[in-house]
Amino acid sequence: MHLILFLLFAGFCLAGAINLLLQTHPINSALSLIVVMTSLAVLYLLLGAEFLAAAQIIVYSGAIMVLFVFVVMLLNAGREERTLGSRAARIVGLPAVVALLAVLATLILHIQGLGGAAISQGITTTEDLSRVLFHELLLPFEVTSVLILIAILGAVALARHGNGERPAAK
Amino acid sequence: MQVSFLQFFLWSLLKVIVVTVVLLMAVAYTVLLERKLVGRIQNRWGPSRVGPFGLLQPLVDGAKNFLKEDLIPASVYKPLYLLAPLISLACALISIAVIPFGEPSAGPRHLDLFEISNVNIGLLVILGITSIGVYGIALAGWSSNNKYSLLGSLRSSAQLISYELALGLSLVGVVLRAGSLNLRVIVEQQAEKGIATWNIFGGLQFIAFFIYLMAAYAETNRAPFDLPEAESELTGGYHTEYSSMKFAMFFMAEYANMITVGCVATLLFLGGWTSPWGNLLGPVENNLVNALLSVFWFVAKVFCFLFLYVWVRGTLPRFRYDQLMNFGWRYLMPLAILNIVGTSLWLAYR
Repeated sequence: MHLILFLLFAGFCLAGAINLLLQTHPINSALSLIVVMTSLAVLYLLLGAEFLAAAQIIVYSGAIMVLFVFVVMLLNAGREERTLGSRAARIVGLPAVVALLAVLATLILHIQGLGGAAISQGITTTEDLSRVLFHELLLPFEVTSVLILIAILGAVALARHGNGERPAAK
Repeated sequence: MQVSFLQFFLWSLLKVIVVTVVLLMAVAYTVLLERKLVGRIQNRWGPSRVGPFGLLQPLVDGAKNFLKEDLIPASVYKPLYLLAPLISLACALISIAVIPFGEPSAGPRHLDLFEISNVNIGLLVILGITSIGVYGIALAGWSSNNKYSLLGSLRSSAQLISYELALGLSLVGVVLRAGSLNLRVIVEQQAEKGIATWNIFGGLQFIAFFIYLMAAYAETNRAPFDLPEAESELTGGYHTEYSSMKFAMFFMAEYANMITVGCVATLLFLGGWTSPWGNLLGPVENNLVNALLSVFWFVAKVFCFLFLYVWVRGTLPRFRYDQLMNFGWRYLMPLAILNIVGTSLWLAYR
C-alpha cells in the first residue's frame, strides 16, 4: 500500500516537474510547481514525517506559491516565446543533465552516515521533532531564525528606501 | 481488537458518504437560515412560499441551479476556468474529514463513529487545506479574463494571505494549553470542568477567540469582510463570469467553509462535543444516549456560531479595503502575538 502510494506520488512529482519546464504559460508552470510541492508533502508523509508534510503544504503550496500566482496575475505575464536556444545546448544539454544526475546519485548513495529514511508505518510525532529542534539543535535553529530576521529587515529597508526617494524625485 | 483492512475501508467509505451528504444538506439549510434570519433582521419574512415556513426552498434552489444554462464566455482561459470551482468546493469539503463531531469511542469494535479520520496534526491539516483553497478563488478571477473578476480575486488573495497569519497565530494559544495538535485531545482537555474549562472562558483565550472570529470572517469572504465579492463595486467579484452549477459550487464552497470554521471554533474554544457541565456530571448509563447527546451539543454550538455569522452580516456595513489591511496587520497580528506571549507566560508561571 505504501509502495503504491510512493510510486504514484513520485510519478506525480516528476510529471509536475517536467510539465513545469514544458509549459509556456507562466501560470501553468506555477500550477505544476504546486503539484510538485504537494506530492512532496505526500512523500514526507510516507516517510512518517507528518509535521513536515503539513508544514510543506501550508508554507510552500499555500503561502509561497500563492505569492507566485499572485505576481503572475498582477503582472498579467503573457505566453513566453519558445526560443530554440543554441545548438550546443541542445546537443550537450540532455546528456549533461543525465551525467550530472548520475554523479550526484552515486555520490549520495556512497556517502556513509547520512542516516537512513525508509517508507514505514511509524510516524515521527511533532513532539519528537520539537525535542530534536529545541534541545539537540537549539543553537543552529535559533541562528537560522536570526538569518530570516535579517532577510526581513533587508526587505523592509529596501522597500522603505524606494518610498523615501519618491517624494524627493517630485 | 484489530480490524481488517477491508472492514476499515468499508467503514471509512460509509462515514465519508454520510458526512458528505449531511454536510451538503447542512450547507443548503444554512443558506435558508441566512435568508430567513437576514429577512427578520430587515423586518421582512424571507422565503416562505415553498413548503411549510419555506423549508423546501433549498431543494428548489438546487434544482434551479441544475437546470440553468451553463454559459462559458468566449475569452476565458478554459482549463483553469473549469478547474477553479472544483478546487474551491473540494477544499471546502475535504477539511471536514478531520473534525470529530461527537464522543469518539461510541463506535462498534473500536472504530471511530463520529470522525472520519483521527489525525495527530488535525489542526494543521485544516489550516493546510484552507491555504490551498485560495487557489480556487485566485484562479477563477484570473482565468475569467474580466477586470471585475481579477480585482475581486486579487483582493481575495491578499485578504486571505493577510488574515491566515492572524488566524494561525490565534490558534497557537489553544495548542499551547492542550500540548497537542490533535483536535480530540484539545476537546478532551476542555471537558474537565465543563464551561469553566472551555478555552474561551477558563482557558483565558477570549482574545484568541476574538481574533479567530475576525480572521474567520475574512477567510470565508463574509461580511463585513466580503470585499472580494462586493456587489456594489465589483458586480460579484471572482465569480462574475460563472453561471449555473459552477456558480453554485462557489456558493456551496463558501457555506461549507462557514460550517467548517464554525466546527473549528466549537472544537477549539467552546469545548467541542462536551456538554456545558463537562465531566462534572458523569456520562449517562446508556451508550446510545451518550453518543446522541454529544452530537447534539456539537451541532447546537455550531448552530450558535452560524447564527452569530448571519447576525453580523445583517448588522455591520462593509469595511473599506485599506481599513481591512490596516486592521489585519496593525491590530490583529500584534494582538495575536501578544496573546501567545501572555499564554506562554501564564502557562510557565501559574
